[in-house]
Amino acid sequence: MRALLAIVMLVLLSVPALAVRPDEMLADPTLEARARAISTELRCLVCQNQSIDESDADLARDLRVLVRERLVAGDTDDQVRAFLVARYGEYVLLNPVVAPHTILLWVAAPVVLLIGGIVVWIGARRKRHAEPEPALTEEQKRALDELK
Amino acid sequence: MTIELGHFALVLAFAIAAISAVVGLAFWRREAVAGYLQQAAVLQFVLVAAAFVALIQAFVTSDFSLKLAFEHAHSTQPLIYKITAVWGNHEGSMVLWVLILVIMGAAVAAFGRNLPKDLMALVLAMQSLLAAAFIGFTIFTSNPFLRLSPAPFEGKDLNPILQDIGLAIHPPLLYLGYVGFSVCFSFAMAALISGRIDAAWARWVRPWTLVSWCFLTLGIAMGSYWAYYELGWGGWWFWDPVENASFMPWLAGTALLHSALVMEKRNALKIWTIFLAIITFSLSLLGTFMVRSGILTSVHTFAADPTRGMVILALLAAFIGGAFSLFAFRASSLRAGGLFAPISREGALILNNLFLMAALAAVLVGTLYPLLLDALIGETISVGAPFFNLTFGAIMAPLLIILPFGPFLAWKRGDLIAVTQRLAGAAGLALFAAVLCFALTGASVSLAPLGLLLGFWVSFGALAELVDRARFFRTDVVTSLKRLFGLPRTAWATALAHLGLGLSVIGIVAASAWQNELITIMTPGQGVVISDHQVTFEGMQHVEGPNFVSDTGTFSIRAPGGGVRTALAERRIYVASGQPTTEAAIETYGFSQLYLQLGEPTPDGKTVVRLWYKPYVTLIWLGCLIMAGAGFLSLSYRRLRVGAPQPAAARAAAE
Repeated sequence: MRALLAIVMLVLLSVPALAVRPDEMLADPTLEARARAISTELRCLVCQNQSIDESDADLARDLRVLVRERLVAGDTDDQVRAFLVARYGEYVLLNPVVAPHTILLWVAAPVVLLIGGIVVWIGARRKRHAEPEPALTEEQKRALDELK
Repeated sequence: MTIELGHFALVLAFAIAAISAVVGLAFWRREAVAGYLQQAAVLQFVLVAAAFVALIQAFVTSDFSLKLAFEHAHSTQPLIYKITAVWGNHEGSMVLWVLILVIMGAAVAAFGRNLPKDLMALVLAMQSLLAAAFIGFTIFTSNPFLRLSPAPFEGKDLNPILQDIGLAIHPPLLYLGYVGFSVCFSFAMAALISGRIDAAWARWVRPWTLVSWCFLTLGIAMGSYWAYYELGWGGWWFWDPVENASFMPWLAGTALLHSALVMEKRNALKIWTIFLAIITFSLSLLGTFMVRSGILTSVHTFAADPTRGMVILALLAAFIGGAFSLFAFRASSLRAGGLFAPISREGALILNNLFLMAALAAVLVGTLYPLLLDALIGETISVGAPFFNLTFGAIMAPLLIILPFGPFLAWKRGDLIAVTQRLAGAAGLALFAAVLCFALTGASVSLAPLGLLLGFWVSFGALAELVDRARFFRTDVVTSLKRLFGLPRTAWATALAHLGLGLSVIGIVAASAWQNELITIMTPGQGVVISDHQVTFEGMQHVEGPNFVSDTGTFSIRAPGGGVRTALAERRIYVASGQPTTEAAIETYGFSQLYLQLGEPTPDGKTVVRLWYKPYVTLIWLGCLIMAGAGFLSLSYRRLRVGAPQPAAARAAAE
């Protein structure tokens, strides 16, 4: 892991960020657009948090060419992604799949929203039945005024 | 000699902070303690500042007997980068971090004159505890004052990507924001320990929250713009873990800002506000941990040392765990305050908090999940921009829809139908503007027009509040204008902050959806057209800079409205490290920018050139500047300033 990290740092530090090169691009604009869209969601495996569309690492270039080859061969977008996952593992996908091991990731925010919403709703209902209480006591109001 | 003096000053600051913390926590009830702690806080600041100056002096004079200077500086670096190199590395940036921590402590001591003595003592004791912990961390695991003998003749140079004015501005601003929230944390701890939390507490904390939030906003915006122009492909937000680390305290801080408002005005949401104050600074600490421990592999991480990681993780656990234990013990003793109906300003602010917390959860889980999954079951997955854009966007959209209603609703009980009527104009204008943009640009089928609609809605909604409060269209213009400029600064601040957010949203949507890109190979004399701009490649020169050599491409750009500009894009090699960088040429037209990057040469002597036209991209950062400006405006409002002299009448009445 340490060695991998060192390589990662080395690769990152030795190349400026220059991405897609003209000679890689496909003549067919529809296919090229699809290739670009797929590329932005694939991780450059030797970079830090860069997609292969943004990275100038040699590996990113190889992957970009590979994506285009698969598209020219007639693969669908999903087939291209599946091909890359089979070869490099899920790590290559910047947009994680929805699967048992990622379900917590996907539901975390909606669950927070839901639970928070329920708590707020219950709180609002309970408040309506509660005894009214002055928002600020006279003493507190005076103290606040002194601060002004 | 100055190095040793600096080292000594830092050790002394550590000792004073530690003693202050112990004395303060043990004897906070005694009258005299606050005074001692105030002096000690100022002393800590002076000593850490002295240590920091000693480091700067060594870097500026290229004293490579200092190990840190040897590793991160070079004698040919321009002066400004010699200075910024001090915090362009782990040890130095920790010194900057603690410097800002003690600045905040000294500021509380200096400006908090009207705080009750016991509260002052507790707050300063907590600040000193934090200072002792992190100065200790710096001295014992990341000592910046180590010497080399014999002294090397030349240094290794600062990472060229960091040799930029951005490094002079971004980290200090960011740290002021990050670390500023320590004051809110200390206030929360003080409230829990003393058991006294009321509306006055909220008013004392508010300026510190505001000032930290403003600096954090500026720091994040600056970092984003820096990445935009320096990294060379025109991205402005990457959902990189380090960016997320600074964004999470911002989200929590924004929630805190809004909930503290409810507490101050209505004495409600007390427990929640305390909780948020703890959460916000905990996220700052988490961010510090993630960046400083090297647990993440990302562009910003320059240190990877497990000892440091473990120590800082222990500190993190101690502070956050301690804070939440205290919270769990004491929170039940706090009484809930003012009542309000669900449809009210309070209700709207609670919704704001709810959505901000959910957005925070999305960012937090997305950032930590790959690390946890790897550690727990050994699976490696990536969570990148597509995930964040989807989840974060889905949560922010409803927040943006309800946002303009908030400031219109009355406290306690609001009238939603009346508010809707008053916002109808803004909604109509927003719809019109969005449809107009859609029609003019010729549309792609995507969510972009909806995003644009949201941006316009928030912007016009913010302006509508000012228009409404000044009674435009309901009375004559002169009266309205008088009313408008007579509005309290807090009303202006609210409207401007929300306007800033709306503008940022417009910028984000426009620059993402309507960007034009052109990747091509050019020879000198050749021209291309992008978004009606005629770009001609004039030629390449070899230029020697102070510590780099550069291939500089000259381009002339003819805008559609006429007018020709010359733009320079560079490919640099830094001599000391041999590291290449690119400097993009960026030309601003109105709110839009033409972004031009020089690619690699081709074997037959031509050059790859990448061009982007980014419509309204500058609105992203302009919006952030307006938000921060609105925060400072609110801060300048006299009633909110802690330590502002009391009006004579009030003082007389009090005596």
